[in-house]
Amino acid sequence: MSGGTFVGMPAFPKAAHEAVNNPTLRGNLRHATHTIRAKRAVAVAELDDWAALREAGKQIKDHTLRHLDRYLVQLEESVTAAGGIVHWAADADEANRIVADLVKMTGESEVVKVKSMATQEIGLNEALEAEGIHAYETDLAELIVQLGKDRPSHILVPAIHRNRGEIRDIFAREMGEWGRPAPEGLTDTPAELAEAARLHLRDKFLRAKVGISGANFMVAETGTLMVVESEGNGRMCLTLPETLISVVGIEKIVPTWQDLEVFLQTLPRSSTAERMNPYTSMWTGTTDADGPQTFHLVLIDNGRTDTLADEVGRQALRCIRCSACLNVCPVYERAGGHAYGSVYPGPIGAILSPQLRGTASEIDASLPYASSLCGACYEVCPVAIDIPEVLVHLRERIAEGGQATREGNKVVLKPAKGHAAERAAMRAARWAFSHPGALRTGQRLASRTRRFHPRSLPGPGKAWSDTRDLPTVPAEPFRDWWQRTHGGKDTDK
Amino acid sequence: MSSRDLILGRVRRALADVPRDDTPYEQAVERGYLREHGGRSVEQTVDLLAENLADYRAIVHRTDAEELPYLIMRLLAARGPQYVLVPPGLPPEWMSAADPTRVHDRAASTPHELDKVESVVTGCALAIAETGTLVLDGGPDQGRRRITLVPDHHICVVRVPDQVVSSVPQALERLDPTRPLTWISGPSATSDIELDRVEGVHGPRTLEVVLVSGE
Repeated sequence: MSGGTFVGMPAFPKAAHEAVNNPTLRGNLRHATHTIRAKRAVAVAELDDWAALREAGKQIKDHTLRHLDRYLVQLEESVTAAGGIVHWAADADEANRIVADLVKMTGESEVVKVKSMATQEIGLNEALEAEGIHAYETDLAELIVQLGKDRPSHILVPAIHRNRGEIRDIFAREMGEWGRPAPEGLTDTPAELAEAARLHLRDKFLRAKVGISGANFMVAETGTLMVVESEGNGRMCLTLPETLISVVGIEKIVPTWQDLEVFLQTLPRSSTAERMNPYTSMWTGTTDADGPQTFHLVLIDNGRTDTLADEVGRQALRCIRCSACLNVCPVYERAGGHAYGSVYPGPIGAILSPQLRGTASEIDASLPYASSLCGACYEVCPVAIDIPEVLVHLRERIAEGGQATREGNKVVLKPAKGHAAERAAMRAARWAFSHPGALRTGQRLASRTRRFHPRSLPGPGKAWSDTRDLPTVPAEPFRDWWQRTHGGKDTDK
Repeated sequence: MSSRDLILGRVRRALADVPRDDTPYEQAVERGYLREHGGRSVEQTVDLLAENLADYRAIVHRTDAEELPYLIMRLLAARGPQYVLVPPGLPPEWMSAADPTRVHDRAASTPHELDKVESVVTGCALAIAETGTLVLDGGPDQGRRRITLVPDHHICVVRVPDQVVSSVPQALERLDPTRPLTWISGPSATSDIELDRVEGVHGPRTLEVVLVSGE
């Protein structure tokens, strides 16, 4: 795990190949995903209106996306009226610059952070570091990732790929570098590890002047932002500092206060399999003498409007980042989150990352293929994103090329390079099927030479047949068999 | 062009395929889900709250208005704190039997000062039975958000049945979004290590809930 960023990752098959051959990683992942999968099923079964909640969640998010301009303007008005300051950022660089400038205006060089996918997506910590500002991750799993100079591998539990022994070693080795060292004789029990994190982070919370967060939801009608969490690190960052900066994707809006009743029921059960997460904080602008007295909201696009422009792909913006799709995915379970080369791993990452970033890089062009299309991700999704549909749509775009939107402009994508052999094969098949004589001759020839067929394909087909058995050619083509046994006639007629 | 106009322009162009639709929002979304799950009597709803709170490792006590000061005294005595934080509007009779020195949260008190206080006693805005959740809205008997966060021991008093609702939808109807809201379901917890649930990270590690009737 070098450097802690995803830049320059190899394509999914290569990255996954390494992960699949790491037995510790596979063991850690299997344990974690199976535990949460079973618990989630129980938590969901408690609500007999689950299907109706899922449908309402889908409709609320779709409606919002279809009128996103209206709700963005309304949100800006409500947040401003409640005492907040709204900033707009078209891309990651602009968002990072805005946040760095806001921190500098406070005169501080340290910030505490609530776990946030949006700030990871834009690489905020690295950008702040370059400006001499230290950003401390305060979520336990994010702390494990940050101290281990590692990358997150799961949306909800970023250190899911680490077991307790590995975490103990990271704490014992690294905590002293960042602040209060780990207690002497630290063991690997989760309770002791959590206590070490508590002690390590406490001074940082108590002296922090600037907090940075994301938000799970923003209510257009009231200007309310909401963060769900478990540990209390979120509450610390949202209430103790004098200045709060929230960096949120433009798709995180819901129109009304009432809409939260849907997501407060579906999100905790889908993500941590709890009836309710231990802590939920909601704030509307600033409140006199309670919590931060300066509140900035940075709204980021960073590829979201391009995703919105895709009629099939835009449903990915409904995502509420619950991570249920990761936990049921047979590909994620074996390959792990790092192989996806993005802060958004798993099935949702396979459709979100190539849309947010475009498909120009090798990793992004490979992601829509990082799936067996089994459909389990769609089944568990609390906002009913048809992930397989979007995967197939993106595969077609990559293999065939076609219209897309990049940074607000319509572009025509060329077919991706790696798919030349596939396209040639399809062209050949099309020709053969429209020339019955040639097809018959070819099939007979194939049957007669079957003893000499290789076990794997040569040339560009080699990689494909490395992991699959080639079908054996029958002794007689079907058409010959039909001719011989039925005389070419359909006997039922 | 400002980034605001750039983003709004991109959104509008991205939605060029979407037909105009002026259906009022109340009709735009089908809300076929339930307002509460299952039929319960008032007593059963309070019992469910107690059960779900305990399931998430909150310590639940039940008492009546007369006994409440003595229960709070005993709960504090069991932990022996020297100081206990109380919000400005906490009913004085709740603390009438307690021994420790009462500390009020003042705007000038620093987080470090709060960190020296071991226990805090508050009321709540309401409690949700189906999820085992307490909601605090910064009312006079609850105080600022930080006072229920920094001390390690939180005693929260819920008036039953008036302050108990069945479900999340019923809770949102009764809450005021302009107030800062903190929803608490059990003590601070983490599942970040091998998805084993461990209670107690940054928030109070012990949450005691007193369900008080007959006030």
